[in-house]
Amino acid sequence: MIREIFRQLMKDKFAKIALIVLGIIYFALFFADFIAPYTKDFSDRTMAYVPPSKIFVIDENGKFSKPYTYNYTRSFDNENLRIVYNLDRSQKHYVKFFAKGQPYKFLGIIPASRHLVTTDSDGRLFLLGTDINGRDVFSRLLFGGRISMTIGFLALFVLFPIGLLYGGIAGYFGGIVDTLMMRFAEAIMSIPSFYLLIILASILPAGMTSVQRFILIVVILAMIGWAGFARVVRGMVLSIKNQEFVQAAKSIGASRLRIIVKHILPQTASFVIVAMTLSVPSYILSESGLSFLGLGIQQPDASWGNMLKEAQEYTNIIYRPWLLTPGFLIFIAVLAFNLIGDTIRDVLDPKSKVR
Amino acid sequence: MKILTYILKRILQSIPLLILVSIISFFIIRLSPVDPLAELRLNPSVSQETLQKETQRLGLDKPIIVQYGKWAKSFVKGDLGITSNGEKVSDKLKERIPNTLLLTTIVIALTWIVGIPLGVAAALKWKTPFDRILTVLTSVGMAIPSFFFAVLLLIMAVKTGWFPIGGLTSSNFLEMSFGGQVWDITHHLILPVTVLFTISLAGLQRQMRANLLDVLDSDYVKFARAKGLSEFDVIYKHALRNAINPMITMLGFEFAGLLSGAALTEYVFQYPGLGRLILEAVMKSDINLVMASLMMGAIMLILGNLIADILLIITDPRIRVKA
Repeated sequence: MIREIFRQLMKDKFAKIALIVLGIIYFALFFADFIAPYTKDFSDRTMAYVPPSKIFVIDENGKFSKPYTYNYTRSFDNENLRIVYNLDRSQKHYVKFFAKGQPYKFLGIIPASRHLVTTDSDGRLFLLGTDINGRDVFSRLLFGGRISMTIGFLALFVLFPIGLLYGGIAGYFGGIVDTLMMRFAEAIMSIPSFYLLIILASILPAGMTSVQRFILIVVILAMIGWAGFARVVRGMVLSIKNQEFVQAAKSIGASRLRIIVKHILPQTASFVIVAMTLSVPSYILSESGLSFLGLGIQQPDASWGNMLKEAQEYTNIIYRPWLLTPGFLIFIAVLAFNLIGDTIRDVLDPKSKVR
Repeated sequence: MKILTYILKRILQSIPLLILVSIISFFIIRLSPVDPLAELRLNPSVSQETLQKETQRLGLDKPIIVQYGKWAKSFVKGDLGITSNGEKVSDKLKERIPNTLLLTTIVIALTWIVGIPLGVAAALKWKTPFDRILTVLTSVGMAIPSFFFAVLLLIMAVKTGWFPIGGLTSSNFLEMSFGGQVWDITHHLILPVTVLFTISLAGLQRQMRANLLDVLDSDYVKFARAKGLSEFDVIYKHALRNAINPMITMLGFEFAGLLSGAALTEYVFQYPGLGRLILEAVMKSDINLVMASLMMGAIMLILGNLIADILLIITDPRIRVKA
């Protein structure tokens, strides 16, 4: 089935592009340490809000040269009362490829110091400018993407077993168990999900390590979606449980939990796959929304949502448009996931004509 | 008469649901280690007496079950306590809820007015370039993060000066004539409505398209065609009516999604709605306000679903028979 899905994905023009885009994104995120010119926490306080570095390939004599860049200097314009950035043309900094730069640990384990692009140690190569702390936006985009693009999947892996089991038990047992369990699920669904999300996030105690916080955000995201999912599973289980193979399993004396987990739930597999692919984007959006409000992933960790937090100020978005780049990446990633999800739904559910 | 009893039954069913929602919300909020009166204590304009009264009313010195009981009792009486600024929570809600309702109603009305015809058109022109382009456009609309779109529109507003930035009314609102006031509110609403409209249009248009395609495949449509009815009669008299029914159920979901989506949009545009209220309350750990707005959100959601159900009873005779 997986192969059939993949074949269909490659046949559809949009889905193919989406797959390639996501492939590039995940590849870049995996090798983020190497591709990023700087580490996640590298900051140069004298370089706050520096615009993207200009890279020159033609030197002042009009001849081709190895690519080089100039540093920016910050000065205050007394007439217009604003900070201006000028290129410091006295010193050329050549752009170097595969050269040694900031030391890092690849994937947190292997120590290394080579970067795809970098410049000499007093030069600064900020491909997408810097933020308020003088940190490289391009590098942080890559490290932030690691969080933003995985958190949705992790939440799904927490949520789906819970939803499956919950819906399975409610549907199979029926009667009072079903009524009670479903009323509870409905009550959860009756709270506007974003309200629930911010309240759960707000009760997280301060002073957690970033790993703890990450895990708890995953759990919170999972707590939002399970109820709706469980309800659909329950409906499917209700229609499956009277089929012959279930009665056969019953007659050979299989336990009820075994019947639910081994015989009934696998029947819902195709629905689960569709639901999973279709809901990845909504979790990416939820996480970014939460972090945008400052309730999700916290500084100094990066995520696309919390990088956009700086875009909340008018002056930032007007004078420093490069701070908006994480938003475009969220948009591209979500769009790609949606296109793939649509195609997968078509394959697994040929009757649906949503596309 | 039968319809009335059914509607009454549906209304009564939502009461236990609300109680359950309140229990869940209460326990979640009380999980937080924050002292619910911390802000109040620090506020010099709040007297010791008020503090004493709040402690008594919330039963903070008693176990959590008793606290819930006390809270529920005063909630039913309509006493929602005071915010950390010492204002009455109920006044604050009265001010904000109509604004959120205004925003969501306009968005729902617009998405229906635009989304349904677009869905029908796409279904009738299935797999033509027109249909394809619509699909692509709706995909794009679905993928824009609401807050990011809001931020982009804000930049546009700041740069061009075409739209007021933030709020629902201008500072000189009270001095305007009635017509001026209406225009002022409309002017302020355009940007938030645009954001929410773009995001919710896609789902509605696709659903309508899928429903109509399903119905057009069914036997009775084939029969109507075989009978020699005009294409207009087949589609608009037979197919469309059946395709629209599931959309009414979606109305409830749409409303739920909008309440959530509106929170971020309201935040970015500084729109005085319920979503921004709850956000501010959460950030200040203003427990009374959080709890009350959470309940209001849930009540609005349940009411939305109820209205959708009742509409469905009116439009779909099959449900009446079952009831």
